[in-house]
Amino acid sequence: MRSGFSLARISAILTKEFIQMRRDRMTFAMMIGIPVLQLILFSFAINSDPRHLPSAIIDRDHSAFSRSVVTAFANSTYVDFVMAPQTPEEAEKAMLAGKINFIFEIPEHFGRDIARGTRPQMLIIADATDPSAASGALAAAGEIINTGLRREFSTALATLATGPPPVEVVLQRRYNPAGITQYNIIPGLLGIILTMTMTLMTAVALTRETERGTMENLLAMPARPLEVMIGKVLPYVLVGYIQIIVVLNAGRILFDIPFEGSRLLFFWISTLYIVVNLLIGFLFSTVARTQMQAMQMMVFLLLPQILLSGFMFPFRGMPGWAQAIGEVLPATHYMRLVRGIMLKGSTHSDLIADIWPLIALIVVVSALALARYRRTLD
Amino acid sequence: MSLNTDISGASLVIDVKGLTKIYGQRTVVDHFDLRVPKGAVYGFLGPNGSGKTTTLRMICGLLKPEGGSGTCLGWDVIEQSDRIKTQVGYMTQRFSLWEDLTIAENLDFVARMYGLDNRKDRVKTALKSLGLYERKNQLAGTLSGGWKQRLALSACMLHDPKLLLLDEPTAGVDPKARREFWETIHDLSDQGVTVLVSTHYMDEAVQCDFIAYIAYGKKLIDGPSGEIASKIGLSTWKVEGPGLGALSKALKSTSGVEQVARFGTSLHISGPDQAVLEAAIAPWRDHKELVWTPITSGLEEAFIHLMKEVKDNFA
Repeated sequence: MRSGFSLARISAILTKEFIQMRRDRMTFAMMIGIPVLQLILFSFAINSDPRHLPSAIIDRDHSAFSRSVVTAFANSTYVDFVMAPQTPEEAEKAMLAGKINFIFEIPEHFGRDIARGTRPQMLIIADATDPSAASGALAAAGEIINTGLRREFSTALATLATGPPPVEVVLQRRYNPAGITQYNIIPGLLGIILTMTMTLMTAVALTRETERGTMENLLAMPARPLEVMIGKVLPYVLVGYIQIIVVLNAGRILFDIPFEGSRLLFFWISTLYIVVNLLIGFLFSTVARTQMQAMQMMVFLLLPQILLSGFMFPFRGMPGWAQAIGEVLPATHYMRLVRGIMLKGSTHSDLIADIWPLIALIVVVSALALARYRRTLD
Repeated sequence: MSLNTDISGASLVIDVKGLTKIYGQRTVVDHFDLRVPKGAVYGFLGPNGSGKTTTLRMICGLLKPEGGSGTCLGWDVIEQSDRIKTQVGYMTQRFSLWEDLTIAENLDFVARMYGLDNRKDRVKTALKSLGLYERKNQLAGTLSGGWKQRLALSACMLHDPKLLLLDEPTAGVDPKARREFWETIHDLSDQGVTVLVSTHYMDEAVQCDFIAYIAYGKKLIDGPSGEIASKIGLSTWKVEGPGLGALSKALKSTSGVEQVARFGTSLHISGPDQAVLEAAIAPWRDHKELVWTPITSGLEEAFIHLMKEVKDNFA
């Protein structure tokens, strides 16, 4: 027997590894699936210059001038006017609920003042919780107005073509006036950290029992699937609370992140989110055969949660299909809720549209997990 | 709860017919019938991979049979495995308690899962009779093989089950622990607990009241352990004396001799036909230094005989 360096042994190990790799279909699928998923998500969903951001228009002037400004904004594709509320309060409520990114307010006598050359003020209120979502549209606002007015009225009002801008744009960056990105990142990061750790905890819950051989004992005892599920999920809710406390305090101490809203509401929605993630992990562990597979599934879900939830890129700037996927991800709703509560001080009624999806997910995921739970060793 | 009864009137704890388990193309257990009377110690014998574990798992509801029906403790094995589980203690072949829990925590967990009353007392009693009370806070994973086995047995008896299913409980256990184990089993049997135990040790088969011999997923024979050998109709001669090695080689190639096995200083020579066997050994019968005596065939000879028959059938 040769004891020196042996190519034969290397090739033996190599062959064994290839055989094992091929047998583990799940790993193989993930190796192909993850790059494809990343490629699609990164290249299509990422948009650093978001367009079609939902906005509200309050037009108190109703003149040809105001209409042409509104048209110019709509044509710019930066914004989509989805509502024309009668009162500022109505618009503010929509912004608190995260339904719109901008409120455009055109004052009375807007057209008359333009014609007189007295430069009326036009108010643009931006939801600056995500500074990058607002910046593109705000930067372009002045030029859009000028272009719109110029096209319509260049013949009638020759003076407008030259001289100072006919309209003075007043910008209000709501909730994060300084445009501090950490204000947006930290609440989002909380959602990502929780989804990573919580899903992982329970993803290995059943596969660990199977791999250690203790599943046989557990199944031989008179335990119902629901009992196993609740028993496996609940301890980690406490772990989730600890993580939240750590992240919030770190955010407050290091970045001075404000906390505008109700702590009780925050606690309630965080509980929902933690439970959703734990249940998803439990569902994974009913599907996976090994801990390794369960972890791979967790990574597979983590990618879209990071990319499509509005964590990395402005949600409204993503294409429609990406938003549709984003809407079924728990992280999307949790991030809106956390940003709403922490930065805007949103209340339960403002946020109901993002609370019920979490509850629905709890119901659906539990039902799937219980249906998948194998009560035998088959 | 009503139990079926067999012809002799004893109530049957297990009464299953035609249990079949198929994995893909392979029939692991093939139309298995089993009737176990109350209080019996019933042994499952057979080589590795013969389907013993699969059968035990089907009886306690851990595997769903592809075919067959029957009752266990009066409950339907297919539909009522939840009920069966509450009355059955199942000891797995591999140690399946939680290695990262202590001895006491494992027992306490099991007691809670069965919803036992006086939990603390029961656990304490179990720990004391197990002789592990002083080490109760030791992690179960750090126990030696024999102790793990005892702990597992103790855990599966914690809820006073009416039926014990033990899957190769004495594998890798030293002789003293094995003897103690069988004493415990007989004590339980005396108290009316039915025990179904699988093993591939022939010497353990004699400890059982009844034996079923399984190979290739089929039951080859079953009955009271004392009657198995005579049921098969195998003849055996014992021979003692010098030069047994050469004799053994010579006999093995003689027709009419099915088995030649060495038992210490003697050889056991067996064959299915008494007359043919006697003719086969005749040339050596008159040898002065060899002592020949006819004996009753043992279980081991019986089972080896069965195995050979089955192989022939499969060929």
